[in-house]
Amino acid sequence: MSRFNDSNVTLAKEIIGRFPRPKSAVIPLLHLAQEQDGYVTRDAMSHIAELVNVTTAEVYGTATFYEMFKFEPIGKYCVNVCTNIACQLVGGWELLEHAEEKLGIKAGSTTEDGLFTIEDVECIAACTEAPAIQVNYRYRYKVTAENLDQLIDDLRAGRLADEIPPHGTLARVRQRTTDTWANTGIEAQAKVDAR
Amino acid sequence: MSDNTTANYSLGGQVPTGPKILTSRWESADGHTYDGYVRTGGYTALRKALTTMSPAQVHDEVKASEMQGRGGAGFPAGTKWGFLPADVHPRYLVINGDESEPGTYKDRLLMEKDPHQLIEGIIIACYAFGAAQAFLYVRGEMALAQERLAQALNDAYANNLVGKRICGTDFSVDITLTWGAGAYIVGEETALIESLEGERGMPRLKPPFFPASKGLYMQPTIVNNVETLSNLPYIVNQGGTSFKDLGGATSSGMRIFAVSGHVNKPGVFEVPNGITTFRMLFEAPEYCGGVRSDRKVKAFIPGGASAMWFFDEHLDLPLDKPTVDQAGSMLGSGAIVVMDETTDMVKACWRVVRFFARESCGKCTPCREGTTWLERILHRILTGNGRREDLDLLFEVSESISPGLAWPPRQTTICPLGPSAVSPIASAVNRFRHEFEHYIEHGRAIAGVEYVPMHAGSSHGAHAHV
Ligand SMILES: Cc1cc2nc3c(=O)[nH]c(=O)nc-3n(C[C@H](O)[C@H](O)[C@H](O)COP(=O)(O)O)c2cc1C
Ligand code: SF4
Ligand code: FES
Repeated sequence: MSRFNDSNVTLAKEIIGRFPRPKSAVIPLLHLAQEQDGYVTRDAMSHIAELVNVTTAEVYGTATFYEMFKFEPIGKYCVNVCTNIACQLVGGWELLEHAEEKLGIKAGSTTEDGLFTIEDVECIAACTEAPAIQVNYRYRYKVTAENLDQLIDDLRAGRLADEIPPHGTLARVRQRTTDTWANTGIEAQAKVDAR
Repeated sequence: MSDNTTANYSLGGQVPTGPKILTSRWESADGHTYDGYVRTGGYTALRKALTTMSPAQVHDEVKASEMQGRGGAGFPAGTKWGFLPADVHPRYLVINGDESEPGTYKDRLLMEKDPHQLIEGIIIACYAFGAAQAFLYVRGEMALAQERLAQALNDAYANNLVGKRICGTDFSVDITLTWGAGAYIVGEETALIESLEGERGMPRLKPPFFPASKGLYMQPTIVNNVETLSNLPYIVNQGGTSFKDLGGATSSGMRIFAVSGHVNKPGVFEVPNGITTFRMLFEAPEYCGGVRSDRKVKAFIPGGASAMWFFDEHLDLPLDKPTVDQAGSMLGSGAIVVMDETTDMVKACWRVVRFFARESCGKCTPCREGTTWLERILHRILTGNGRREDLDLLFEVSESISPGLAWPPRQTTICPLGPSAVSPIASAVNRFRHEFEHYIEHGRAIAGVEYVPMHAGSSHGAHAHV
């Protein structure tokens, strides 16, 4: 399945061009693959390997270190509940339990309809807004059980589709490599490599 | 919020406040846009530096500012830049926007609410030490920060403030925006460099891999924190000594602290560095407005989950690096977590330890195995399966990760993550031993603390990244 489509190949090459060495683009390209397919497929990893000129095993080795990369389909909405210290102090665990009851699944699993995954996560840098959660890495602050119910109902009904894209999409604005790109780093590194 | 908690500060009743030099645009609706930034004085420092100052002069101002890095270690930025070997090029700037130390919440706001201020700081730094390229590494989980920075960079490129021949001078440099994918350890600078090279984010041994000499692609590299660099526009515009004078004698400038936990108004505050005390932050109405329900502080974490905990006898210490270091902890990344008298210390201790166990990169055996053991022992105590010998065992395992449980830790591991996992144990078990013993004997918390039974499936060892 799922190598990069044509427009993503173009994008991938542009991303690779922003680094002095192609392998540096592995993580951004894994994100691109996850954006395209919702998770990282084997074929995408092979394609990335070809594009940056390393083995598939090396791409796989890197990918499996990072918790955001998923290697099988997960929910369209990934609900991450923070249970770390600042959130624990004001009800993070109770909130996680509530989410589990509401969706009828345990943290680390996905609802049968493929809509929701719940994760029990570490601090998401919103500690003064505890208890905090993210849905596909978009924040909700000072979340109560009622807020959470409403949020899940809204997501189910498609009411938040504009604000929260499906799992895999992070920034919706991309850095552009324009004609004012200086390329100093790449040229300078080439000189060093040639030494 | 009650007003009767605000009297009697140890420094003569005065609550120091200062100008907002980092957070001035946080309240403004368009502070994150190019127009909003330029309208409020943005990019004047960059023009000033590039057109009226030599790189050495910029570096001199940063040295004069005595600004300590805001990423955790608190090393003076000007001194760090001075470690770059002369005449070795290319050299790189890596910006650490990985903010994931539990309790820490300021870099994300700086990136979301004032991305241009950071970009301006980055270009100023690149100019000062001759970086060929900058890599802005944002935490993977911060979608909005990534989006705002991408937009800001596109606008800055379009306005000739990044890229080729910046502001019409012959100085050129690119900023590559990129992000991680979920791994706390990547915040450690050498792990971040590995990640930038497309590898698993495992720290490198120092020495020999001090970034300033052997960093990204084995070239000289400076790694600086987002808040550190966001200070540079002010330092260039107002001068290093003016920055220094905003803070105390040994901790200069303004500094952002996030105060979370059991306070009435948790918040992110920019305060004069080195002067304000913990008590002022917790009690003053301009800051947190007191502990919830007027309870007493039982313990607080002064500088992120890695730090040793403080107690009520530390409330009047100023937020000053040498003072806090000397008292046996650290200000770290400006992350303060307050626990009131109803806090279950065993559970608090476990939760911080679980974090380190889960986030261990697995490279060093004492850390990978040790943190997992510590988590398991604490977890079984909390679920009513504790054994009499468990407290001794906790210390035995801790010793193997951090001999002597000294602070700062004696390192047997490649990076300080392993020893950090020992901080909550050394802090909580020593101080609240009876709470642990009560759990072991009765299977639940002592009377008077909030007891919430453990969540099923909450145990986590070092398997996430291994
Ligand atoms: C386990 C660990 C995690 C760290 N996480 C971060 C982080 O998320 N952000 C950060 O800026 N520094 C972090 N640091 C500190 C960096 O290694 C480095 O010292 C810092 O980025 C340097 O920037 P500064 O000199 O401007 O403070 C971490 C260090 C360790 C040991
Ligand atoms: S101390 Fe832990 S996190 Fe640090 S390098 Fe060793 S195993 Fe990795
Ligand atoms: S502890 Fe939950 S956001 Fe930091």
